[in-house]
Amino acid sequence: MEALIIILQAGVGTGTVLLFATLGEVFAERSGVLNLGVEGMMLIGAMSAYSVALSTGDPWLGVLVAMLFAGAISQIHAFISITLLADQVVSGLALTFLGTGISLVLGEGLSKAGAVSLLPTLSVPLLSKIPLIGPIFFTNQSVMVYIGYLLTPLAWYYINYTRPGLHLRAVGEYPAAADALGINVYRLRYLYVLVGGMLAGLAGATISLAVSPGWFSELTTAGQGWIAVGLVIFAQWDPLRAAAGSYAFGALRRLILDIQGPTQLFGFPNPFYYNPYWGFFLQMLPYAFTIIVLVIGSREAVRKRIGAPAALGTPYVRGERGV
Amino acid sequence: MSEFTPAKKTRKRFPFRLRLEPRLEEPPRWYPALVSFLAIVVALVFGGGLIALAGGDPIRSYIHIAKASFGSLGVLSDTIVKATPILLTSLACAVAFRMKLWNIGAEGQFIMGAFGASAVVLIPLLPPETPRWIFLPVMALAGILLGALWGWIPGFLKAYFGVNEIISTLMLNYIAVSWVNFFIFAVWTEGGFQMSPKFPKTAWLPRLADYAKAVPAFRGLTTHLGLLIGLVMAVLLWFVVNRSRWGYEIRLIGDNPRAARYAGINIRRNIVLVMMLSGALAGLGGMSEVSGVVHRLQTSPIAAGYGFTGIIVAWLAKLNPLVIILVSILFGALLLAGREIQPSGIPKMIQGIILVCLIASDFLLQYRIRIVRVDEEN
Repeated sequence: MEALIIILQAGVGTGTVLLFATLGEVFAERSGVLNLGVEGMMLIGAMSAYSVALSTGDPWLGVLVAMLFAGAISQIHAFISITLLADQVVSGLALTFLGTGISLVLGEGLSKAGAVSLLPTLSVPLLSKIPLIGPIFFTNQSVMVYIGYLLTPLAWYYINYTRPGLHLRAVGEYPAAADALGINVYRLRYLYVLVGGMLAGLAGATISLAVSPGWFSELTTAGQGWIAVGLVIFAQWDPLRAAAGSYAFGALRRLILDIQGPTQLFGFPNPFYYNPYWGFFLQMLPYAFTIIVLVIGSREAVRKRIGAPAALGTPYVRGERGV
Repeated sequence: MSEFTPAKKTRKRFPFRLRLEPRLEEPPRWYPALVSFLAIVVALVFGGGLIALAGGDPIRSYIHIAKASFGSLGVLSDTIVKATPILLTSLACAVAFRMKLWNIGAEGQFIMGAFGASAVVLIPLLPPETPRWIFLPVMALAGILLGALWGWIPGFLKAYFGVNEIISTLMLNYIAVSWVNFFIFAVWTEGGFQMSPKFPKTAWLPRLADYAKAVPAFRGLTTHLGLLIGLVMAVLLWFVVNRSRWGYEIRLIGDNPRAARYAGINIRRNIVLVMMLSGALAGLGGMSEVSGVVHRLQTSPIAAGYGFTGIIVAWLAKLNPLVIILVSILFGALLLAGREIQPSGIPKMIQGIILVCLIASDFLLQYRIRIVRVDEEN
């Protein structure tokens, strides 16, 4: 029980990374722009956050630079897919290549750099006393985790119940109608791609300055950006479901790391301890689960007749017959 | 349907504005090539700027790339060796992309192909003294089968469950790496190292250097039979896509799925088949790499990103299998030279910048930009 709580506690931290990236992608896709560059933007964020925190000693400055840099690079995708009307799939892929390449070049030598001051951790005074929930969610968590708690309901409320949120959904569902109502489709799409990029940068910074500190080139993210893109589909573009999925995946990632440690599991000899090579099959699990989750998400979407924002993936051209 | 209305983009309070007009007639044949060429030049300029920013010398880096990849017959041969896996993976990507099927999993299919070919040697399915002419075809077949299997999974999931193939193929890449890692660590390890024992010589694809006795000029040249396999596949694929009935179906689904459905084309079946073909080509590439270059199963030289480079090459070649031959040699050069360049991420970054510039430049193929006076407009 103790061990499980520790794993879940760490899983919340790991899940926060996915949460930021997934929420960012929810915003971008709700506005009708599919951005497959999440992985690249996260790498940019992780690299620049670590690099800035290292050279200035201020992790918060690192977080800020990570969000700005990742946001800036997301605008390349925005320009190519919104203004130049290019295919969003290819453009997003290109962004991942670009982000990976740039972060590898600028992050050269960072992995051997020394210790860096990390983002602070804290416990919430009263909430941490709640049995079970307290130790898992509110004890010794990074500040980022709490930002995640705040961001999720805010995003959900913003998208579903505010006027700008209504505009966001209109732009993603029926841009021609939104345009006719005087909403600037292009500007909003640029804006939400920027939001997505900044959140992906925040996710990257959360890795390198809080959850698993350091810069390990491409292994820093190890495909979490792609898992986030998958989670958006599973979450059916809803922030609350995105949070549930993110924390579940975070816990799974932690479980895989931690299950190989103890010699005993539920009173039995731990097979993963005595056969360390089985760990490779454990490593497949998050990726396999992403596929399973996609199957479930896709089926459910078909059954409930809810789906992607109707204009997702199609560039908007004023005056053309839209969706 | 939508190409005939001019796209509009407003610039406020400026006497001129840019107007985008869709091209109604085909641009001249040289025009796409020129645009791609310019895109690469722009990409190299951007890349140079970033290299300078990272503290390198861009011009020396580029000269180094050119020298280290085309400077002599020996390095040219090495360039071609690097180009061979790229050639096969980009053919794999091209055929899937032609149907707008985003197979990002050529990397995983390549790795599984290498695994399949290695399994023939390592299980062993065939004894080490098997003659070459039996060994190599069986290995190629195993590579093709496993690659096709790795393509079938996302194809099937997309066709029957509507699962997004971009994400499923990507996830399968990671799974393939773990799968191979398990085998080279736990099953086929050589003395605890993270690699299998070396294959017997009969499981090696013949190299030019093997014929140095007959043709002295071939001494030391590493180019192997995989190149020929790749070239044959490129020509075959060109015929399949451009001259066969199946190729017509693939192109029609890619260009206009609705029309394809009305024409009675079975889209689901084609999704599965094309993904399998794509996987098979990448798997064959994996076999060629493991049997022609690495000669053992080992993760790092096989999972080296050929599948991802293939995506860029396919796009740069506008999905034309014959152009892919040329472009993959250029990218082989970039990868070969990149091994010695510091910082080591530069080739990857340049690939990324090239892809970004290319996509941006595609715009020039579909639209023409006119500068018009605002007051003349109305």
